[in-house]
Amino acid sequence: MSLLKALGATLLRELRLAARAPAEAAQPLLFYALVAAIFPLGVTANEPSLAKYAPAIVWIAALLASLMTLERVFRSDFDDGTLELLALAHPPLPLIVAAKLAAHWLVGGLPLALLAWPLGSGLGLSAEAAPVLAMSLLLGTPTLVLLGGFAAALTVGLPRAGLLLPILILPMLAPVLIFGAGAVRMAADGLDPSAPLYFLAALLALSATLVPFAAAAALRNALES
Amino acid sequence: MQPTPTLVVENLALARGDRTLFAGFSLTMAAGEVVHLTGRNGAGKTSLLETIAGLRQPESGRLSVPPPEQMHWIGHKNGLHPALSAGENLQFWCGLTGSDDGGIGAALDRLQLRAARYRPARTLSTGQKRRTALARLLLSHRLWWLLDEPLAGLDVEGTTLFAELVAAHRAAGGAILLTSHQPLPPQCGLIRHVELRA
Repeated sequence: MSLLKALGATLLRELRLAARAPAEAAQPLLFYALVAAIFPLGVTANEPSLAKYAPAIVWIAALLASLMTLERVFRSDFDDGTLELLALAHPPLPLIVAAKLAAHWLVGGLPLALLAWPLGSGLGLSAEAAPVLAMSLLLGTPTLVLLGGFAAALTVGLPRAGLLLPILILPMLAPVLIFGAGAVRMAADGLDPSAPLYFLAALLALSATLVPFAAAAALRNALES
Repeated sequence: MQPTPTLVVENLALARGDRTLFAGFSLTMAAGEVVHLTGRNGAGKTSLLETIAGLRQPESGRLSVPPPEQMHWIGHKNGLHPALSAGENLQFWCGLTGSDDGGIGAALDRLQLRAARYRPARTLSTGQKRRTALARLLLSHRLWWLLDEPLAGLDVEGTTLFAELVAAHRAAGGAILLTSHQPLPPQCGLIRHVELRA
């Protein structure tokens, strides 16, 4: 019971902090929507191949938008000393890390997936492919947050980690992009997108199982250094 | 009759990077004691407290400490998020540790922080932030307090309030291991001074 209370308190705190700084939460969403909206301006009007590239455009915009807030996941806790309290608290640190990342996804990842459908349709995606785009992001954005959270934990004690973070994380996120955009392309071509979606689900299961432990170890290491 | 020791440090060595902070340090402490750890800057006082708290691993030596749920750690940083009020920061901590948050008002009153309860921590003075961190001691009801420079930023009134907390905790059978570059007020009662040397 106290474990659930602790995880609930962590989740509530993160959501409360997001509510206190709505502009910070809105920035990545605006960036995401603007990148997807501006891209067609760079190609010929009514370009038919735009729909072909729509999955990649939306996915890369989502990936870059999710990078914008990752550095902040653990940074303030490290700076103000909360991380020490979290590391010494009764609930195991990996569970607290999981709760923090879950809150981060609710605020920053879920809206990306929900916006994907209208953005994809706006880029000319077919009625069959647009919901698959939303589904692929629904499965993919938690993995982006988890792997990004791990990278943020690795770099939390480093100055100017914001520069290092994308270099560290983008190669790790390549499989998510490949399967996510691949599923939408298959749906657009009239094929069954189940296989890449299953791969995305598998990546999510794997990262949800391993990342909280790895990130907690990285955070403990940062506290010790 | 000697009380049973519950914190034992034997021949402890600590290093930061490739620099050895100290080696061969031993300390035995029992419930009801207040130990003031002294030493020059860089001697490793904070690192020793962090090691006892469980935040750091020793290079060598033996460490027998009370269970984590009996220890309360206050480090250099106060653990207060600037965007949350003093009350919200304490409420989060109560939720995290399973403590009853019904005592937050009384704890803040005891440290004369009633007016700060609903103010964001970023608007509090250094001393008020420190007092808020100290208010956690009253909510945790833990036997062992590990305090790193608890007087940092406190004014005369805050120092007196802290001394009252120390005296009350000791009277209730609690133990305190602390570092402080400031002299501890006489209200703290009998204190054992232990020097940490490189």
